[in-house]
Amino acid sequence: MITIDELVGAHPFAAGLSDEHLALVAGCAQNVAFDAGAMLCAEGESADTFFLLRRGHVSIEVHQAGRGPIVIETVGSGNAVGWSWLVAPYRWTFDARALEPVGALAIDGACLRAKSFEDPALGFALLSRVTQELLGRLQSTRIRLLDLYGEHRG
Amino acid sequence: MASAIELDAPRSGLTPVLYRVVARRNETADVVTLWLESLDGSRLSFQSGQFNMLSAIGVGEVAVSISTSPSDPGPLLHTVRDVGAVTHALCSSGVGDVIGVRGPFGTDWGVTGNAAAIDTVIVAGGIGLAPLRGAVEELVAARSDGAGQVFVLVGAREPDQLVFLDDMAKWKKAGAVVLSTVDRSAPGWSGRVGLVTTLLSSAGFDAHHCRVLICGPEIMMRFTARALIELGVDPASIWVSLERNMQCGLGWCGHCQLGPLLLCRDGPVVGYVEANVLMNERER
Repeated sequence: MITIDELVGAHPFAAGLSDEHLALVAGCAQNVAFDAGAMLCAEGESADTFFLLRRGHVSIEVHQAGRGPIVIETVGSGNAVGWSWLVAPYRWTFDARALEPVGALAIDGACLRAKSFEDPALGFALLSRVTQELLGRLQSTRIRLLDLYGEHRG
Repeated sequence: MASAIELDAPRSGLTPVLYRVVARRNETADVVTLWLESLDGSRLSFQSGQFNMLSAIGVGEVAVSISTSPSDPGPLLHTVRDVGAVTHALCSSGVGDVIGVRGPFGTDWGVTGNAAAIDTVIVAGGIGLAPLRGAVEELVAARSDGAGQVFVLVGAREPDQLVFLDDMAKWKKAGAVVLSTVDRSAPGWSGRVGLVTTLLSSAGFDAHHCRVLICGPEIMMRFTARALIELGVDPASIWVSLERNMQCGLGWCGHCQLGPLLLCRDGPVVGYVEANVLMNERER
């Protein structure tokens, strides 16, 4: 049987973590599954968890009354969903919905924050990884804002 | 007395051959695919990735990539985006109309008769799938001969701007991995939303043994190539399609110069190692 430590260790987010830090992260993690259409988190709710996606795709959405959900981005296996757990006031800014059956590792944010205060090296290791994920998403968003495929009449 | 330049000129490169539009299809609101047959029954010999100069008679001439597979005995396919006077006239062409064709010109993707056993990754942005369509057709057909897997990764601004949807479905059915994503979602779209680079890591190709062909806006090609290299792809295995103001098609007029290259002759398909330097060259 695969242990939670092995599942966390196999995720790209955990690449390069020491065994000690891996065990600390795994101690805050549980293996979860979502049916297609299920919400992983909802805007405004307490951001007490973040997710490391193992399989399936998730849409990051914002809801508009009368229009329904507007998909901002989709993320999949290997990505992390949610960084609001790291920054006060710890509330989700967007919705996240499973587009298909999703397997993920749910990490207790409060648990990780507490361990990071006790072990700043763990905090730095986690922050580096979250920043890397953030940077990738920020760069992707910036390029999309350029509207590269748009109409550029000569 | 004829000058040296006239003596060297390949006649076929200067004189348009007249073609008739035998079919047309609106790909998107501003993109049209034309099926063309020559009036004299001649058949163009070309390679995937090359382009023709298409003339809307009385309006002007413009470079447009060939979208047909070289092995396809049917009409010549050109997909045109309506962005100016000439392309507007071409996009407005109806069945039976006659247009001029000069070509083929430029370098090709190097896939014709080169069905390698390694994976081939095609990355297209927007109408960038048009210059790659012929190559994909060739690669998908070659799979039965033991060639490597074909991955077609397509990005577009919005779902209704994805082109060649029927072809993508056909390639998928034939065993290719076909993934698409859009920059902006729309009602009814249940697919991926994000930059085309987000398709790379989960596509499933062998980054250490593959070749990659990219066509799209230059910024998209730069970021895609960088993401591929981060995944482990050898920069020497990446090719991009560059475009400038192609006019003569023969490397004479210099309008398409990019650094040391005349892209109508030395391009449009250029190795990424060389193209990377040129794409990052700032205008002076």
